[in-house]
Amino acid sequence: MKTAKFITKQMIKMFLLLLAVSIVAFALMTASPVDPLQANVGQTALGSMSPEQIQKLEEYWGVGQPPVQRYMAWLKDFIRGDMGVSLLYRQDVTKVIAVKLANSLFLMIIAWVMSGLLGFILGALAGMNRGKLIDKVVRGYCLLISSTPAFWIAMLFLIIFGVWLKILPIGLSVPIGVEASGVTFLDRVYHAILPAFTLSITGISNIAMHTREKMIDICESDYMLFAKARGESTWEIFKNHGFRNVLAPAMTLQFASISEIFGGSVLVEQVFSYPGLGQAAVSAGLGSDMPLLMAITMISALLVFGGNLIANLLYGVIDPRIRRGGAVR
Amino acid sequence: MKAFAKKQKTGLTLKKSGWNQRQRLLFWLIAAVLFLMAVCIGGMFLDEAAKTTDFSRKNIAPCLAYPFGTDWLGRNMFARTIRGLSISIVIGISAAAVSAVLAFILGVVSATMGKAADTMVTWFIDLVMGIPHMLLLILVCVACGRGLKGVILGVALTHWTSLARLIRGEVLQLKEQQYIKMARKLGKSNLYIAMKHMAPHLFPQFVVGLILLFPHAILHESGITFLGFGLSNEQPAIGIILSEAMKYMITGKWWLALFPGLMLVLTVVCFYAIGENLRKLVDPASAHK
Repeated sequence: MKTAKFITKQMIKMFLLLLAVSIVAFALMTASPVDPLQANVGQTALGSMSPEQIQKLEEYWGVGQPPVQRYMAWLKDFIRGDMGVSLLYRQDVTKVIAVKLANSLFLMIIAWVMSGLLGFILGALAGMNRGKLIDKVVRGYCLLISSTPAFWIAMLFLIIFGVWLKILPIGLSVPIGVEASGVTFLDRVYHAILPAFTLSITGISNIAMHTREKMIDICESDYMLFAKARGESTWEIFKNHGFRNVLAPAMTLQFASISEIFGGSVLVEQVFSYPGLGQAAVSAGLGSDMPLLMAITMISALLVFGGNLIANLLYGVIDPRIRRGGAVR
Repeated sequence: MKAFAKKQKTGLTLKKSGWNQRQRLLFWLIAAVLFLMAVCIGGMFLDEAAKTTDFSRKNIAPCLAYPFGTDWLGRNMFARTIRGLSISIVIGISAAAVSAVLAFILGVVSATMGKAADTMVTWFIDLVMGIPHMLLLILVCVACGRGLKGVILGVALTHWTSLARLIRGEVLQLKEQQYIKMARKLGKSNLYIAMKHMAPHLFPQFVVGLILLFPHAILHESGITFLGFGLSNEQPAIGIILSEAMKYMITGKWWLALFPGLMLVLTVVCFYAIGENLRKLVDPASAHK
C-alpha cells in the first residue's frame, strides 16, 4: 500500500518535472536569436528568393507565431505521440529518434553496465585495501580520468586503434557501403567497441571513488572489527558485511549517473561520428531544428528521471531498514 | 609491531624531506597556483604568436624549436595551446564564480526562508539535474546564439546544483547546533548569528566548493566549444583547438591533439590539487594529521 502511494507520488513529481523541462527547453529555444532561415538556407539563397517563397519558408520554420501558442500546439501534439517533423532530416521526429535512440541505447547500456561493475569492484577493492598499492592506483586513475575530457580520450583511442593499429573502425555504427539489411549484429558490436569502451572507462571514476569512501566507512565500523576478531577471511567479511551495505549507495549513484553517461555520449558520439542521439542533439542544436531538439531533451529527461525513480525503488529492495518507510530522500 | 615499523618508516621519510604533511600540502598548493598563473600570464603575451601563420614551417612534428609542433597553417602549437588554455581558464573561473554565487544564495534561501522556499529550490535543483548537463548547455548556448556569453551562462546555470545542496545541508545542520540555539536564546540578532557563528563555518566550505567547481566548469566549457557551440575560430579556446585537430587526425598528425589535451588535463589536475589541498588545510579535523 505504502509502496503504491510512494510510486504514485514519485510519478506525479516526475510528470511535473517533465512538464517543466519542456517549458524551460521551449523557452530557451524561443529565446534564440539565431534566425533559422539564415542558419539553414543562407544569406545568398535568401537574397535570390521571391517574397512568397520566403513566406513559405518562414511558415515551415515557424517564424512569427507567438511562442505560447506554438508551445501549446507542440504540447498537444506531443501528448498524442506526434513529435512533429524534423526540419533537418525532413522526416517524422519519431522515426529519426527511434533509429538514433536504438543506436545510442546500445552504446549507453554497455557503457553503463561496464562502468558500474568495474567501478564497484575497483572501489570496493580500494576501500578494503586502504593505503595499499591498489588503493593508490585506483585513486590515481580516478583523479586522472575525472580531470580528462571524454572527447580527448576518444580522440586518443581513435588515433591509436583506428589510425595506427588499424584494428578498429574509425567511425559510424555500420560499415560503409553495405546495405542496411547486410549489416550483421557482429558488425554493430565491432563498431561500437571503441565508443562503448571510452564511455565505460570515463564513467568509472565517480562510482569507484564513492564506493571506496563508503567501504572505508564500513571497514571502520564495529561489526567489521568484530567480524575480523571472529576470524572471518577477507572474502567472507566482504561477502557477509561489506557487499550489501555498499551496494545500496552505489546503486543509487549509478542510476543517478545516467545524466553523465548521456553527456559523455554526446561528446564521444561526435568524435566517432556514431549516429546516435547525442550526435543528433548536436546537429539539431547547430541547425536550430526545434522539434528534434525538443524531443531529444524530453527523451533524455525521461531517461534521467526514470533512472532516479528506479534507484529510489531499488533502495527499498536492497536495504531492509527503509523497506517499510517508503521514501528514501 | 608491523604498524610500529611502518610508523618509523614514514617518520624517517618525513625527516628526510624535512617537511611535515601541512608543509607538503602547502608546497603543492603553491606549485599548482603558480602553474595556472604562468599559463594565464603566458597566454596574454602569446596572443600574437598564436595567430601568426607561416607556411614555410607547416606540419612540423614536435622538436626543440616547436615543442608541440606546428599545424597545417604553420602556427606554433605551443603558443596556441597556452593561449587557448588561458582563455579557457578565464571562462571557467568566471562561470564557476557566477555559479557559486547562485548556489550560495539559493542554498541559504532554501535553508532559512521556510518550507515553501525550500520546496521551490529543491524542485529547481531536481529540474536542472533532470536535463543532462551537456544537453542543457547546448540549449542555453542555442538560446544565447552561441558565443562567449552562452558558454559562461550555460556553465554557470548547470553547475550550481551540487554546491547549493551542500550549502543547504550545512546551514540546516548548523541551525540545529547547540551553540547557535544558545546564541538565539541569549537574544542575539539573526545578523549577529549569521556573521559570528555561521559564516566562519560556512566560508571555508564555500571556497573549497567554489574551487572544486572550476575543473568541472573547464571540462564542460571545453566540451561545448569542441562541439562547435562556443567561441568562434578567432578565439582559439582549447576546445576549438582540439576540434580542429580532429579534422587532421586521420592523416596521422597526432601532436595536434595530444599536447593541447595533455595540457588541459594538467590544468584540471592543478585545480583539483588546489581544491583538495585547501580543504585539508582549512578542515580542522584533518589539518594536523
